[in-house]
Amino acid sequence: MTDLQVFRDETRQWLEQNCPPSMRSPINSDGSQCWGGRNAVFSSDEQKLWMERMAAKGWTAPTWPIEYGGGGLDKAQAKVLREEMGNLNARSPLDSFGVWMIGPALLKFGSEALKQQHLPPIVRGEIRWCQGYSEPNAGSDLAGLQTKAADMGDHFIVNGQKVWTSYGDKADWMFCLVRTDPEAKKQSGISLVLFDMTTPGVTPKPIKLISGSSPFCETFLDDVRVETNQVVGEINQGWTIAKYLLTHEREMIGGFGLTDAGSQSLAEYAVDALGITQGRLANTLLRSDVIRWEIDAAAFAMTAERVTDEVKSGQGVGATSAMLKYYGTELNKRRYETMMKLHGNDAMEWASEASNEGWLPRTWLRTKGNSIEGGTSEIQLNIIAKNILGLG
Amino acid sequence: MALVLNQEQQMLKESAQGFLSEFASITELRRLRDTDDDYAPELWGQMVDMGWAAILVPENHGGLGFGQVGMGQIVEQSGRTLTASPLFSTAILGASIINLAGSAEQKARLLPAIAEGHLTTALAVDESGHHAPTNISLLADKTASGFRLTGVKRSVVDGHNASQLIVAARTAGQAGDSRGISVFLVDPSAAGVTVERISTVDSRSVASISFDGVDVDAGALLGDEGDAFAALSATLDIGNAHLAAELLGVCSEAFERTLQYLKERRQFGVLIGSFQALQHRAAHWWSEIELAKSLVLKSLQALDDGDLRAPALVSISKAKLCEVVELSSNEAIQMHAGVGMTDEYDIGFFAKRARPAQALFGGYAYHGDRLASMSGY
Repeated sequence: MTDLQVFRDETRQWLEQNCPPSMRSPINSDGSQCWGGRNAVFSSDEQKLWMERMAAKGWTAPTWPIEYGGGGLDKAQAKVLREEMGNLNARSPLDSFGVWMIGPALLKFGSEALKQQHLPPIVRGEIRWCQGYSEPNAGSDLAGLQTKAADMGDHFIVNGQKVWTSYGDKADWMFCLVRTDPEAKKQSGISLVLFDMTTPGVTPKPIKLISGSSPFCETFLDDVRVETNQVVGEINQGWTIAKYLLTHEREMIGGFGLTDAGSQSLAEYAVDALGITQGRLANTLLRSDVIRWEIDAAAFAMTAERVTDEVKSGQGVGATSAMLKYYGTELNKRRYETMMKLHGNDAMEWASEASNEGWLPRTWLRTKGNSIEGGTSEIQLNIIAKNILGLG
Repeated sequence: MALVLNQEQQMLKESAQGFLSEFASITELRRLRDTDDDYAPELWGQMVDMGWAAILVPENHGGLGFGQVGMGQIVEQSGRTLTASPLFSTAILGASIINLAGSAEQKARLLPAIAEGHLTTALAVDESGHHAPTNISLLADKTASGFRLTGVKRSVVDGHNASQLIVAARTAGQAGDSRGISVFLVDPSAAGVTVERISTVDSRSVASISFDGVDVDAGALLGDEGDAFAALSATLDIGNAHLAAELLGVCSEAFERTLQYLKERRQFGVLIGSFQALQHRAAHWWSEIELAKSLVLKSLQALDDGDLRAPALVSISKAKLCEVVELSSNEAIQMHAGVGMTDEYDIGFFAKRARPAQALFGGYAYHGDRLASMSGY
């Protein structure tokens, strides 16, 4: 038996013994996700237990080094873990911008002291992070950001306003892009700084979306003190890290086009909604929409697989995250647009028990943001045209 | 299996690219068109010498057994150069159905002949304008010594120049049934066979073949009587996987030529590739081709692996490639604008080759419907 097979057997056994029964079903609403943090809200004791058990093995951040609390797994082992969790329908033990974003950036760019300070609490789900990137006048043109950090010697004083801060009202710390050199050319005077959201002068205010929920905030920063040792990487070199993180974010959001293991395919959904007449979906035009979506979704899933395999084998162009982000989010929007049609008038119910409090129309509206957040589809097309196709 | 080419497959791809662009470019296609020829026999001879006719023939029958992914690399390159040759009709369709349905004797006789380039074949399936592999009406009546074939076949690739016809016929049941279909080896010079060559939009040609009481002996039966549909269907899957590979070549070449044009053509004092309207279309187009690449490789791998999902994957691949090549060949003409409409410029040839390859053995509608039907909706 190969080492990987041994690992697979052990992992399967461990998951079987440690994943609580209620954590073995697909996540179906925002409330059932586990975000951790100082003020963590757990939907059940089992959810808390599941996070803690996985965190103790470092499997909330499976590929991070063991010295920072991570699982120390290589890519192949991490894939095995994902597969085995998928087989069990095991929920993600911790959804975290710390694990997804600032952690990888710290591992790549951060000082040893910053890694020691911030990574272990992320793994344990103790600190919840949010991202301070966009500003009212710096959306697609992110490098045009104006939030200023004045150098006071051993600390900075930050003033400005951030917007689209995901869960800014629930997060404990922010990683934030600020302008540390107002004289320098756009991209050159930017730094990435970290600060506690309880620091005086930090005021997050939720924004209500068309879906009725408020996953984002605008965050006001008034004379916020940030210690100099909380700058990630070099001062004024933050744009490099920001671009790295944006790539990371694109990959994450691009994954929205992939149907989660265990969740219904659009075709199955359509069969439930419309029924089958003479072996076919009862409406031929909707059947055609579903077929086209399923074909594109299969093509997209295989492309995500191919891109991963190419990176592993050292082939491929690499800079494909823009394409995955563009295609995956457009695909996800199409999926929900089709689901709305499949349910007709019933899909319009906003607050009823039958509709699970309007789960479908609210999710449908939320997907409209997929092709905006993390760089709009148009920005992704710009990136492809410029970086891959060489069109100036 | 990882979705990447191994070293051997990569080498085959590169050698095919080199060979075809040197000896079988679009200039060669123009020459064939002007002389009204189907393909250049000397070019086919060179392909045979390089072992291309032997790729799908098993090693115990004198072949290379190199697999669908390997063959797909050559076919993809032939899509870039729009190369016409018996590769598809003989080395892919002929070799596959003989290997899948043939008796030991038939395989031992015919497969080495294909591998060595002594035999060319044409597979005759469809009888109407739309691909419908169970709609076989051509009758094979039992006679004292064998069968008598009566009926018509259409859109037979290389049906007018192959040395061996392979004909799907009905020995039982009725049109629409998958049971009762048999496959026969028919000599194109046999009494009662009338072959009409019909030129097609891609400067190639296909045959309409009528069978007016054509007598064949019992040994002409390829596979079991009335039970050949599985082999036929598997052969069509292989054919469609390679048509998708060819279309991928068409897409890629049309795209790259157009991208180059966007970087050369100036209007309003600037390169037209500096216009965002064209950049976004080019970027979307490139994304679609990236998806297409994954499907082509995945379906070829699935066939090599004997994956049970292969038929579904082939249908997804063929369908998507039909869509992406339509986008590719049309955007290529539109972005070249005026010159794209001229015969002098090569770019229009990609649309002209794409459509017949799309329609052959089923286009988007056929394969989308097949996929859904297989999946129970």
